Amino acid sequence: MSFPWAKHYKPSHPLMVWLDEKLPLPRFVHGAIGGGYPVPRNLNYFWNFGVLAGFCLVLQIATGVILAMHYAANSGVAFDSVEHIMRDVNWGWMLRYGHANGASAFFVVVYIHIFRGFFYSSYKAPREMIWLLGVTIFLLMMATAFMGYVLPWGQMSFWGAKVITGLFSAIPIVGEPLQQWLLGGFAPDNAALNRFFSLHFLLPFVIAGVIILHIWALHIPGSSNPTGIDVKQESDTVPFHPYYTAKDGFGLGVFLLIYAAFVFFMPNALGHPDNYIAANPMSTPAHIVPEWYFWPFYAILRAFTADFLFIPAKLMGVLAMFSAILCWFFLPWLDTSPVRSGHYRPLFRKFFYILVLDVLVLGFCGGSPAETKYVLISQIASAYYFLHFLVILPVVSSIEKPEPLPFSITESVLGTDAAATA
Amino acid sequence: MVRIFGPLVGLFFAAALLWSFGVGAVQLIREPEPSTAVKDFHLPPKEVKFTFDGPFGTFDKPQLQRGFQVYKEVCSNCHSLKQIAFRNLADLGYNDAEVKAIAKQWGTKAKTFDPKTGDAGERDNTPADHIPAVYYAGTGNPPDLSLITKARHEGPAYVYSLLTGYTTQPAALLKKYPDSATPDGLYYNPYFANLNIAMPAPLTTDGQVTYTDGTKSTVGQMAKDVAAFLTWTAEPKMEKRKQTGWAVLGFLLAATALAYLAKRNIWSDMH
Ligand code: HEC
Ligand code: HEM
Repeated sequence: MSFPWAKHYKPSHPLMVWLDEKLPLPRFVHGAIGGGYPVPRNLNYFWNFGVLAGFCLVLQIATGVILAMHYAANSGVAFDSVEHIMRDVNWGWMLRYGHANGASAFFVVVYIHIFRGFFYSSYKAPREMIWLLGVTIFLLMMATAFMGYVLPWGQMSFWGAKVITGLFSAIPIVGEPLQQWLLGGFAPDNAALNRFFSLHFLLPFVIAGVIILHIWALHIPGSSNPTGIDVKQESDTVPFHPYYTAKDGFGLGVFLLIYAAFVFFMPNALGHPDNYIAANPMSTPAHIVPEWYFWPFYAILRAFTADFLFIPAKLMGVLAMFSAILCWFFLPWLDTSPVRSGHYRPLFRKFFYILVLDVLVLGFCGGSPAETKYVLISQIASAYYFLHFLVILPVVSSIEKPEPLPFSITESVLGTDAAATA
Repeated sequence: MVRIFGPLVGLFFAAALLWSFGVGAVQLIREPEPSTAVKDFHLPPKEVKFTFDGPFGTFDKPQLQRGFQVYKEVCSNCHSLKQIAFRNLADLGYNDAEVKAIAKQWGTKAKTFDPKTGDAGERDNTPADHIPAVYYAGTGNPPDLSLITKARHEGPAYVYSLLTGYTTQPAALLKKYPDSATPDGLYYNPYFANLNIAMPAPLTTDGQVTYTDGTKSTVGQMAKDVAAFLTWTAEPKMEKRKQTGWAVLGFLLAATALAYLAKRNIWSDMH
């Protein structure tokens, strides 16, 4: 993408001129994240999270590749090989804690990134494709994280794998054979562990590929911004470099401080103690819970406790859990309001905050034991969740009267814009 | 299409959920979830302070040595500690000769196998060997203790509470839940998940272990020492982790401050 005022790449050093003729990589970088990419001047800190997500992926690949050099994907030794990494491999404890907390950090960042998208309706035209690719990345991340959690072959690894693959058995007729085919057996075992390892290694690179598409699609319309109005003129934008490289650098520093506090001072705070017990197919843990970032969806899965219209409760739960994410794919067409930013949508904004609260409640219930009171709460919260995306959003966007928009990005930043009065 | 099917799907799920909610709520009113002995009598771990608590905490080596002695003389009869090799004990402050001697004198010998004759045999342990597995014929399965403090919520306090928590079953419990009397062969302990543990109280009398550093070996002291030792076995790199953490945080703080100044400088003409 380029606005007409985007600065062109002009190599000055003869070597760079030569390189530009043979392989214009510096030109590409200049246009993608350099001075040649004009970006709205008014982005707030919520726009840092895309770069942070990219950083998290690099972090996970870097720590993961080294962990894989010492890890043994065999159900007899996997647990001990992880302890070997923690105890005997140089800096192994740091790699492992870095990777485990890196997964949590990645999800924190991506959840903020996604909710940024909800609030500013970043999914709306002309950015639908960016959004669709984003949701695809999120699904791939969930699959990757799930399979990664199985690798240490602790109690939660094993029972989590058993519960989640067991979901497939809810599908009528083909369910059971499908589950056995996925696992390579009747229950998670060596065959399952090996294929999960293979896929856990592969998927991050698939994610990297989809991210390239995501950013390619982003560069066609360019970034949106907190006002949601389109870029009109050169004074609305600044070159990505140095303005946003500097801002992203600061954001990265703050992120790393929080991340390091977890890795070095509370590395197990987000994990479950049961995963320090080696997998034991003969002993079921008292509460089987996934990692925190799956809790809202786990709550939705467990909220269906009664058969409905002859559909078994378990199947309903599975359908709903997947629909809870799949419905995001349709957001660009469910939300028809012409205004993007939640700042100018009074009614939408209220429902947005209810949604945030609702997802937090779902997360809380998903992490709690399956007692009746939590199940009842998650039933209400899940119902609201579906109503929000599938009913409230379309209705709100057709009845709401948006507040007046500023004339331009420049005006919203400076208070006046000469072009408005000219 | 999306705007027709979307709301229908939404209403469908919401209806199914409200149906589940209704069924569940009616059931709850008809027969409220019964209270159980575990719900009423299970206790969270006691408050205990350890030297390794907090971001500056470190291990107290004499305490780890005492805890190791408790493990060796009491717990090792039933519990293995397979993640620990004798050489690791150097971390507790033992020198090479002491580590060698501990390995050599360890009661359970290392197993050998002669591939020529097929004979199984035994030899003394060396520092390179891991602490040998123990086999337990009694009731219950004593878990390996290497990671126990990470495998339980508030692990160090839990181990301490479990070891000092044995009591007789409260009369109030038996009165309210006559079916929940501790079965034969199990022991009542309110800190254990289901209140009845197969482990007989391992630390019963003051002076059960004779400490060489002059510390009085009360039951509480022994329990605390072995809990500290088991924290080290679960996380032997804890001190290095925290030290590294301070260096990393220091560096990041400086780098982030510079990044902030750079950002402000670059943006100064833009507001
Ligand atoms: C006579 C054998 C025996 C001795 C000695 C013994 N234990 Fe145990 N221990 C057991 C058994 C059996 C269990 C399993 C209990 C159960 O699951 O009901 C157990 C379980 C445990 C548990 C796990 C409890 C849980 O939450 O699952 C811990 C911790 C423990 N022992 C610590 C110790 C320590 C520390 C010592 C030494 C001071 C020790 N034990 C000495 C037999 C023993
Ligand atoms: C591996 C995970 C991801 C990475 C590395 C990533 C990366 C990025 C980057 C670098 C940007 C530009 C900076 C920004 O606007 O914040 C961006 C924008 C965007 N991302 Fe992502 N992203 C990821 C996941 C997702 C997911 C899961 C979604 C949605 C479900 C999503 C939706 C969007 C949207 C809509 C934009 C455009 C926002 C705008 O311009 O206003 N992304 N992404």
